[in-house]
Amino acid sequence: VKNPSSSLKSRFITRFLGALTKINAEDPISSPSPTRILQLYRRIKVASNKSMAYSVRSRRIWSRAMLSRFRSRRSAFSGRRSSVKTTNCTTINVTINENKTAKGGLDMQTDELRELVPGGEAMDVCNLLDETAHYIKCLTTQVQVMRKIVDFCHISKKSSM
Amino acid sequence: MSSRRWRESSRTNISDEQITQLLSALRQLLPEIPHSHSRKASSAAEVLKQTCNYIKTLHREVDDLSDRLSQLLATIDADSAEAAIIRSLLI
Repeated sequence: VKNPSSSLKSRFITRFLGALTKINAEDPISSPSPTRILQLYRRIKVASNKSMAYSVRSRRIWSRAMLSRFRSRRSAFSGRRSSVKTTNCTTINVTINENKTAKGGLDMQTDELRELVPGGEAMDVCNLLDETAHYIKCLTTQVQVMRKIVDFCHISKKSSM
Repeated sequence: MSSRRWRESSRTNISDEQITQLLSALRQLLPEIPHSHSRKASSAAEVLKQTCNYIKTLHREVDDLSDRLSQLLATIDADSAEAAIIRSLLI
């Protein structure tokens, strides 16, 4: 039985390590200048987020939102159309303007969450909660893998000293 | 179409249940707070608040790890870095 989260993890590892190899290869002479390190930091961070978004592909609202952000940055056009489709809560579509107190109260409290989850502004509450859970799982995978890589680099650094 | 939904009160009960289920799924993902005497978040507001904090923590960790990786890549020579990267594929 295939475990979907482990194949997501493998896809992420493959992409991210590929990106790191590329980044590493572009500057063969190691130069620990602050500018260089800042440059590396930005590229690594983007590579990490991109690798995860591409590994999830368009299966999630948050990943689609992130991917369209990357693409619009690349094309240098600031205006982009966000066509966010709800895919997961197919039975009930909880509209944002319902004034039932339970959901009304919840809507006010979700403001901060909407800013943290990519594409969150356009999601209904149902989708937002579902997407958030998946987003958190992906973030923890990112962190887990990055930690392992840092450990490996540390070991390699120590052994070469 | 939304007026039909208003009349079907049973459907809004289902959606309340669905939201409760989704919230409890989120609660499962939140880390345990070691020094807190209270049990894990119970109300919707608490779950949302802790979720936001957790996401911010994870973002900061990605930042921090990117920073450490950049320091390491800048200081290790390319070959050792490449070796380390390839070795970590064997995780």
